[in-house]
Amino acid sequence: MDDREALRRLAARRWRVAVVLTTVMIVAYFGFILMIAFAKPTAGTLLAGGDLSVGIVIGACVIALAPVLTGIYVWWTNRHYDAALAELRGRRDERAP
Amino acid sequence: MTELGDTNVTAIVCFLVFVSITLVITYWAARRTSTTAAFFAAGGKITAGQNGLALAGDYMSAASFLGIAGLVSMSGFDGLIYSVGWLVGWPVITFLIAEPLRNLGKYTFADVVAYRLRQRPVRIAAASGTLAVVSFYLIAQMVGAGNLIHLMFGLSYRAAVVTVGGVMLLYVLFGGMIATTWVQIIKAVMLLAGAIVLAALVLREVGDPLALFGAARAKYPTALAPGALVSNPVEAVSLGLALMFGTAGLPHILMRFYTVPDAATARRSVFYATGVIGVFYLVTFILGFGASVIVGREVITSVDPGGNMAAPLLAEALGGTVFLGVIAAVAFATILAVVAGLTLSGAAALSHDLWGHVIKRGVFEEADQLRVAKYATIGLAVVAMALGIAFEGQNVAFMVGLAFAIAASANFPALLLSMTWRGFTTAGAVASMVTGMTSALVLITLSPTVWVTLLGHAEPVVPLKNPGIITVPLAFAVGIVVSLLRPEPDAQTGFDAAQERMSLGPR
Repeated sequence: MDDREALRRLAARRWRVAVVLTTVMIVAYFGFILMIAFAKPTAGTLLAGGDLSVGIVIGACVIALAPVLTGIYVWWTNRHYDAALAELRGRRDERAP
Repeated sequence: MTELGDTNVTAIVCFLVFVSITLVITYWAARRTSTTAAFFAAGGKITAGQNGLALAGDYMSAASFLGIAGLVSMSGFDGLIYSVGWLVGWPVITFLIAEPLRNLGKYTFADVVAYRLRQRPVRIAAASGTLAVVSFYLIAQMVGAGNLIHLMFGLSYRAAVVTVGGVMLLYVLFGGMIATTWVQIIKAVMLLAGAIVLAALVLREVGDPLALFGAARAKYPTALAPGALVSNPVEAVSLGLALMFGTAGLPHILMRFYTVPDAATARRSVFYATGVIGVFYLVTFILGFGASVIVGREVITSVDPGGNMAAPLLAEALGGTVFLGVIAAVAFATILAVVAGLTLSGAAALSHDLWGHVIKRGVFEEADQLRVAKYATIGLAVVAMALGIAFEGQNVAFMVGLAFAIAASANFPALLLSMTWRGFTTAGAVASMVTGMTSALVLITLSPTVWVTLLGHAEPVVPLKNPGIITVPLAFAVGIVVSLLRPEPDAQTGFDAAQERMSLGPR
């Protein structure tokens, strides 16, 4: 496998991870919005003796999910992407005129 | 009784300290700003942590601080819907945009779209999108600044607009991106610290967040349940699309990725930004509920019917005039910083895209470009002040929505397609950007917000308040169809080299 093909595969892997994580964020966010639109009573259901509602808990979870997903992505790139990329970059720069 | 609107000595002292410190930084930055690369991208020497804070600073506008705290205090749970919406665009930027953008571009997002396409048509369309977003966002910020400062400091509207425009001009003109970045960082830390201290005071008063929510529900029984904000699912999804993909198309945010050394740093900086902004919105939620419990909705609306003064009134109730002054100064500093970032991205579109690549066709002297950039900055500052004064007393809240709708429809689809699809063509890119921008403008003009509320017609032509659900898919569809109708062999040939550079960066 030449470097060009190796890079193509590595880039494709990054896009796959990126698309999966983006999809998770989109589903979580629009799920939250649609729950409020279509299931208002559920979202307004009280918890913890009336001090909390289902909607607040889910909304706070969607907020927390955003940094968690970006954290997962940074962790993935640190572990599986950057080193392989650095190697390919080094070989390209050696070849460079 | 509130002292909001009286001349507040603490507020003036705090604000003068902020302006003095930032002007000293500007002086320091000015000696490092002798090249275009320093002026627009801080020479690529900003660290991930610094850029993370600066991104957060660019994004946490006075509108999101005062507006969301106000919305939560007035309508409880519904405010959370906005907080969530403002945040969810950030992971999308991290996953899809930050790294390829950093590797492919230099100063603007047009660099990326135009990379393997014909420069002039793409640059004209992309610069128009940038300038439209920047103008609407600037109008909203300037009018907000005038009103806020008048309300909080007792300074006249025009004096406030001219002060903001003048100080911002000093930052950008002399200190370029280095000064703007440090203004953003200082402002982000001040805003976050102010909000956290205020939230801590609320919780000391009330107990824990659960006790706070309970107290809010005891006072306003529907505070924890969804209210009237999301009554129409189509409308809600439409707003969601604009918020999510609009964030990923904001030129002043995208520009910040060029200030770091490489793509890995760009990626880490968005991670920090996402965390900081997430914490900020959770804190704002506490502030909103705190204001409704401690200050009360009736008092908040008596000062400002829109509820925007909830956080300042809360600060006064818990920390007296001194703390009110601190929060007022933070809000002023916030507007100043956001306006500086917007102006810099507008100047980049004018001098790098339009002057450098359209008028000069990519052949120019570096020193000339820097000079053009500085003239552009002065021009934009004057236009911002003029627009701020022209729109005095107008309801411009819809303009932030309009800026996001244009960013989501004109900028984001073309940017994403140019990075991912081999078959994308010059004609496709231009058609997508022009369609996205005009459809967003036309639909918002015909919407209930403008057609009925502003222009006084009885019925809206288009029932949607936010056009995202139509304009975002439309911009994608037009870009794809026009590209398929007439393939561009040169653009396809260039795709492999662009892909390689998107991953590996420039040599």
